[in-house]
Amino acid sequence: MARGRSAKAMAAEAPAKPRVAVAHALKDTGVVALIAAGLFLPLVAFRTEQNIRNELTLETRWPLFFAIVAIVAAGRLAHTLVLAPWLEARRRRPRPAAEGLSRWGAAAARWLGPMAIGFAASYPALVLALGGSGGAVKWIDNFGIQILIYVMLGLGLNIVVGLAGLLDLGYVAFYAVGAYSYALLAKTLGLSFWILLPLAGILAAFWGVLLGFPVLRLRGDYLAIVTLAFGEIIRLILINWVPVTNGYAGISGIPRPTFFGLPFNASDAGFAATFGLEFSPLHRAIFLYYVILGLALLTAFVTARLRHLPVGRAWEALREDEIACRALGINTTNTKLTAFAMGAMFGGFGGAFFAARQGFISPESFTFTESAMILAIVVLGGMGSQIGVAVAAVAMIGGTEIMRELDFLKRIFGAGFDPTQYRMLLFGFAMVLLMIWKPRGLIATRAPSAFLKPRRNISGALAREGRG
Amino acid sequence: MSDAADDAVLRVEHLTMRFGGLVAVDDLSFTARNGDITALIGPNGAGKTTVFNCITGFYKPTEGRIALRHGDPRVWTALAALTDSGRRSLVRSDGALFLLERMPDYLVTQKAKVARTFQNIRLFSGMTVLENLLVAQHNALMVASGFTLFGVLGLASYAQSERRAIERAAYWLDLIGLTDRADDPAGALPYGAQRRLEIARAMCTEPVLLCLDEPAAGLNPRESAELNALLLSIRDRHKTSILLIEHDMSVVMEISDHVVVLDYGIKISDGPPRQVRDDPRVIAAYLGVADEEVARAEAEVGL
Ligand SMILES: Nc1ncnc2c1ncn2[C@@H]1O[C@H](COP(=O)(O)OP(=O)(O)OP(=O)(O)O)[C@@H](O)[C@H]1O
Ligand SMILES: [Mg+2]
Repeated sequence: MARGRSAKAMAAEAPAKPRVAVAHALKDTGVVALIAAGLFLPLVAFRTEQNIRNELTLETRWPLFFAIVAIVAAGRLAHTLVLAPWLEARRRRPRPAAEGLSRWGAAAARWLGPMAIGFAASYPALVLALGGSGGAVKWIDNFGIQILIYVMLGLGLNIVVGLAGLLDLGYVAFYAVGAYSYALLAKTLGLSFWILLPLAGILAAFWGVLLGFPVLRLRGDYLAIVTLAFGEIIRLILINWVPVTNGYAGISGIPRPTFFGLPFNASDAGFAATFGLEFSPLHRAIFLYYVILGLALLTAFVTARLRHLPVGRAWEALREDEIACRALGINTTNTKLTAFAMGAMFGGFGGAFFAARQGFISPESFTFTESAMILAIVVLGGMGSQIGVAVAAVAMIGGTEIMRELDFLKRIFGAGFDPTQYRMLLFGFAMVLLMIWKPRGLIATRAPSAFLKPRRNISGALAREGRG
Repeated sequence: MSDAADDAVLRVEHLTMRFGGLVAVDDLSFTARNGDITALIGPNGAGKTTVFNCITGFYKPTEGRIALRHGDPRVWTALAALTDSGRRSLVRSDGALFLLERMPDYLVTQKAKVARTFQNIRLFSGMTVLENLLVAQHNALMVASGFTLFGVLGLASYAQSERRAIERAAYWLDLIGLTDRADDPAGALPYGAQRRLEIARAMCTEPVLLCLDEPAAGLNPRESAELNALLLSIRDRHKTSILLIEHDMSVVMEISDHVVVLDYGIKISDGPPRQVRDDPRVIAAYLGVADEEVARAEAEVGL
């Protein structure tokens, strides 16, 4: 504690005597590094291992040990020299008024959307140009398509949670309904992807309304619990209704989407042969990428449109104050149902696309973890903000995928280190940090739906999370 | 009923509201005349807000009838028939009758055109001042947007209706002096402005009857005087009848045409302001709780 105090005192003096401050910080860092070394020497540097003959051997892990000590020391140094004075200065500075958003922030918010769309549209070309066609399928499929599916799901759930303020923990149920609708109808009726896509959305919306009717009189925690249960019920049905869903084994051989009737295969009637190209799995990946990009943009466009219509405004009003809504003559049940149905519909689209892309689905893909992931994207993005949802999806899903690529970490932490195993830990850590610094999510501003004077964003600080 | 009662816009008859063993409103009957400001006063806990909640459909009364009229006073003659028919409302070419105790809260505003404000302000604080006023025009805009369909397609007819809605909002903003703050979040407004905005928002639903629950609470004398002017202009220029709960006796005496006094859920006086002020039962009821009144006023100032 004594050191903590001296560091603070030092931070206060810092502007006056910078050299003393640096010397002090270095000494402080040395002490901290020593303590870390003392702690981690027995904990990390040495390790007993049983060899094949059941003998205990002592192993050393010096790289890991020094890496940890160095991280601690660097962190301490950065804290005393940079972070602490900065925090101190920030505390002293009067807080800017809630609505006084920086012009830079406003401009960034305005251009972020178009720039993101431009980047997403040229992403496959960029990947091909930078990496050649070798790794391109991975980058387009694992990264691009995967992220966009979650962008779409995030945007759909954003209607329910971010705009209408209804905490839905079972969103994956609608994703599952969409996926199984497509899989079953495509296999039994042989209808094409483009006919079944809207159908899957409509079916999911229907289930949304069906769930909504009994559930929407509940509020807050109760609603959350019941939607959670609904998500589980759907999954259990998928597992147990074996004659239809094939249970745990799932459904395989789901028809893949075609390019206006041309399948993506090596046959003579295939896409590649028709256009005189050499067959490559890349074609399908790129096609699917643009399909899901289109779907995500459609979701974003429709949601943005709805926000400026009376329904959308009623959703947000519902999040702010349900009683006031009723006092203004708004049928809150219908309003909630439309939010639920719209959200479910986009979830259904996402599910149909997912089934078509994978060619195989099983209940494994629709666990609560998925719901939690989508919800985390919405919350991290800043409730109600579309661009925030997109950024959060890139960070969360892209982050997960990137973890698979970090093989160089093995050189530091030893060959047994598998970065993917730590991704949830890192996410938890990132979430905690974000919630400390940006409790309202990445994009905390709200774009009003109508203006009397020139348009600008307002602070989201006064918006409520909704208790419905 | 007498001629005076026939000009009623609202008739509350034998209204009783029980919460378990507690009788919050006990066999209350009164009428609010069309074009009047009717004040409902009484000590804390007298049951005033409960009466409002019954009128606006937030509570289902235990017993009693609450009837509201649109149009020609002669529709009152159909009241008994409507009650017996078991239906909620009766619409004729010359007017309409609504039995509010049979209607869910949102229909009371949507169909019967009763708007209200709340004792503890309920604005959409994260939305802008203008948006608050647009949400109030939800039902009209909903129809104009073809229940969202035309709106999503971006048809011009909807854009025009929205422009008209914004114009109406701008009119009210001008009236309550908040034009400059139109695009600020409602939650960022000072307290007095939030009260005025809540009234403007209620007026944007185009009500026949406006129910205000302590609109002057927490206002300074100047704001209170402005509020009086606003309420009088709503009554005279917009032909909207007002039902007003108020603790501030100066407001009540100055602007109300008719006063109903409640104490422990029972009506103890009913008449023109001056007559009510001199009623010994009213004086007793108020003096009996004088200390609480002081404590309450202090608490409000402390807030
Ligand atoms: N929902 C409810 N459940 C139980 N009791 C209630 C409920 N609403 C009101 N009451 C009780 O009914 C009585 C009347 O309350 P009400 O809020 O109508 O008083 P009021 O006249 O508006 O008082 P104030 O001047 O303090 O606003 C009080 O005793 C209150 O506790
Ligand atoms: Mg009250």
